[in-house]
Amino acid sequence: MNCIIIDDEATARAIIRQLCSNIDSLNVLEEFPNALQAIKYLNQNEIDLIFLDIHMPDFTGFDFIETVKNPPKIILTTSDANFAIQAFEYDCIVDYLVKPITPERFQKAIQKAKTTSGKTATYNPLSEKIETASGNDLYVNIDRRLIKIDIPSIYLVEAKGDYIQVKTEAKNYTVHSTLKKIEEKLPDDLFLKIHRSYIINVHEIIDIEDNSVLIKKNVIPVSRSNKPELMKRLNLL
Amino acid sequence: MEQPNLSYIYSMSGGDKAFEQKLIVIIKDEFPEEKNVYFQNISAKNYKLAADNVHKLKHKISILGLEKSYEIAGAFENNLLEGHTKLQKEFESILTTITNYLQHL
Repeated sequence: MNCIIIDDEATARAIIRQLCSNIDSLNVLEEFPNALQAIKYLNQNEIDLIFLDIHMPDFTGFDFIETVKNPPKIILTTSDANFAIQAFEYDCIVDYLVKPITPERFQKAIQKAKTTSGKTATYNPLSEKIETASGNDLYVNIDRRLIKIDIPSIYLVEAKGDYIQVKTEAKNYTVHSTLKKIEEKLPDDLFLKIHRSYIINVHEIIDIEDNSVLIKKNVIPVSRSNKPELMKRLNLL
Repeated sequence: MEQPNLSYIYSMSGGDKAFEQKLIVIIKDEFPEEKNVYFQNISAKNYKLAADNVHKLKHKISILGLEKSYEIAGAFENNLLEGHTKLQKEFESILTTITNYLQHL
């Protein structure tokens, strides 16, 4: 298989080249520090397989895939496992290697590349697969990365202008989205909108006083119109 | 604090000394450049660009066998993307450790 390597990091290119040198059927024709140079090369050369870094400045690996007509088989390489779900939206991607790549994992990827029939890239909308990926997970897009959040760990979602802040025990995530959109994704039995700017995890309520609830250390206002629904959800004695 | 090592590079090389040396030279060449760009961006409060630099540096951190440091770098990268610099001190201490280590290779 004739291959090329696209990675802006010289260290990564050297490692992949070394890994390729251990496999007789691989022939590395060229390596590129950016995807734009590789596009020009692809227009003039027949390539069977590309090792493609995702995280590159200006023009990412995904930009590359969406730009190239009839791309060959691609093995993605990245330091970030969070891209995995996005990777499998493209039929041309045969595998996904997280750096640092081990020789064993590399060999498996090459095996997959050999046995997978060549297909061109078709990009499908992400949303459906995200929803079905796992009932307990929510994927949010932050700076072109899909970050997985465990839904039950969310205790509060707060609207902040064009953004929402998703708060979990471990971490807070600022996401460019709306309260309405995330409300549709969260299960009704766990979450309730209690104010135009807040959705709470009802299991995390510590106490309720007049028109506010205490969630962790956050005092959250409850709007008059939402209070009856909140009271309905409580197991009152 | 954990110390860098060459275990990964040895596992990659399969005893190919020329490759080991070549990779060390590349890392010694590339790491200071990436580190400098990071410091420029963090000083200018360009947190998103600094996050990109941290992302890139993460690979070298993992190549040098610094598993806990890799986790810190990942968390710091996320912090920068969220617009704050929590873990900056810890991350920069990792850079210092690597710098010192590379000087002795």
